[in-house]
Amino acid sequence: MEAMLQPVADLFGPAWPLVWTLVKIIAIIAPLMICVAYLTLAERKVIGYMQVRIGPNRVGPKGLLQPIADGVKLLLKEIVIPSGSSKGLFIVGPILALAPSLVAWAVVPFDDGLVLADVNAGLLFLLAVTSLEVYGVVVAGWASNSKYPFLGSMRAAAQMVSYEVSMGFALICVLLISASLNLSDIVVSQSSGRFADMGLGFLSWNWLPLLPMFVVYLISGIAETNRAPFDVVEGEAEVVAGHMVEYSGMTFALFFLAEYANMILVSILTSVLFLGGWLSPFGFLPDGFHWLALKTAAILFIFLWVRATFPRFRYDHIMRLGWKVFIPVTLVWVVVVAVWMMSPLSIWS
Amino acid sequence: MLENYFPVLVFILVGLGFGVAPVILGRVLAPYRPDGEKLSPYECGFEAFEDARMKFDVRYYLIAILFILFDLEIAFLFPWATVFQEFIAAGELAWFVFGSVMVFLAILVIGYIVEWKNGALDWE
Repeated sequence: MEAMLQPVADLFGPAWPLVWTLVKIIAIIAPLMICVAYLTLAERKVIGYMQVRIGPNRVGPKGLLQPIADGVKLLLKEIVIPSGSSKGLFIVGPILALAPSLVAWAVVPFDDGLVLADVNAGLLFLLAVTSLEVYGVVVAGWASNSKYPFLGSMRAAAQMVSYEVSMGFALICVLLISASLNLSDIVVSQSSGRFADMGLGFLSWNWLPLLPMFVVYLISGIAETNRAPFDVVEGEAEVVAGHMVEYSGMTFALFFLAEYANMILVSILTSVLFLGGWLSPFGFLPDGFHWLALKTAAILFIFLWVRATFPRFRYDHIMRLGWKVFIPVTLVWVVVVAVWMMSPLSIWS
Repeated sequence: MLENYFPVLVFILVGLGFGVAPVILGRVLAPYRPDGEKLSPYECGFEAFEDARMKFDVRYYLIAILFILFDLEIAFLFPWATVFQEFIAAGELAWFVFGSVMVFLAILVIGYIVEWKNGALDWE
């Protein structure tokens, strides 16, 4: 590989590291965008079938070109900037929403050694970047200078920061037992254990000893991405579409992309932190990227399934769940894990 | 060490670029015919009758303040969680390290209980 690329590297000279990094970034973003596009189709299809409908089936064979049609339509729609809005911030809002959901992918390990930036503080970086997402929503809601976006973004901000806390405590638990902030190390630390030696690798992953945290992380992930049943932010009956009311055309598309990119991000992070990333569930099967893809797809399916199943939560219930249930549970579990690690029953060494 | 972060920096720029490009593209490709009605704020068809930047519930501030406290707590726990296993392996200071963090957590839990009792976490 290195030898093959050498002539190209010589061509670019000192700019080569930058060019090569850009190529790798495109190699992450391009498939991600295709996933986002087809996740929108999958969502409509899955929910359609769950409600005994067919879902989109007109554009292309079995509706497979539907996301492209949607994209082109949004591209050709006028970008309306309301006269009363803060025009600069109005444009910055959606960009701020999308950028963090892409940047977080820099530290996600896809396979053993297959990661763009193998940084030591990967988990900390993720915590920092994912908390930036709330700014896009707040800026958009404020800049619109319209009542529904304003109320929607207040709700969104309060909800996102509330669930951020329980997610943070769940991360602390993962960190305690893997003793590394590097995401690749976190995956590797899940590859050993009593069950892994017996060939049942999936019982050695973090989800089992951290089962409450796994559940809390998953639910917080759904709340964090403002997905149903936590989508009061865009509750049609109350605040129309929340912070997105005044947006149209590509500025709206950016929010849409950000939401789905965030869903995929939360799913892949759950897979990496709790479900052993690229590790295979059974000893006799080889590890590989396909396992990570499979686990991520399974969690994404749960996202859609939950949306099709549960009615929307009331806002005070959402806040109660975040502050009065999840925070005590996660706090207690941090202590439990710490004590467990110090006791003779510790399964981590 | 720091050169590991170079791809992250490039990624941030690409991420921002990826947000800016569609907006420019949309502006160029899509029609642009603004008029007064189109640019007025959406209020279900009514004329907007006051400024949208109105007073809002103080609870949102409260949640923001509480969030800062708890997020700081998490930030402080990160270094402890990273090295805790090494201390257990070394054996000697494990209980001291554990105890000091428990004191830290206990102070925050007391604050949390006070907030709960005073109704700061209630949404009516």
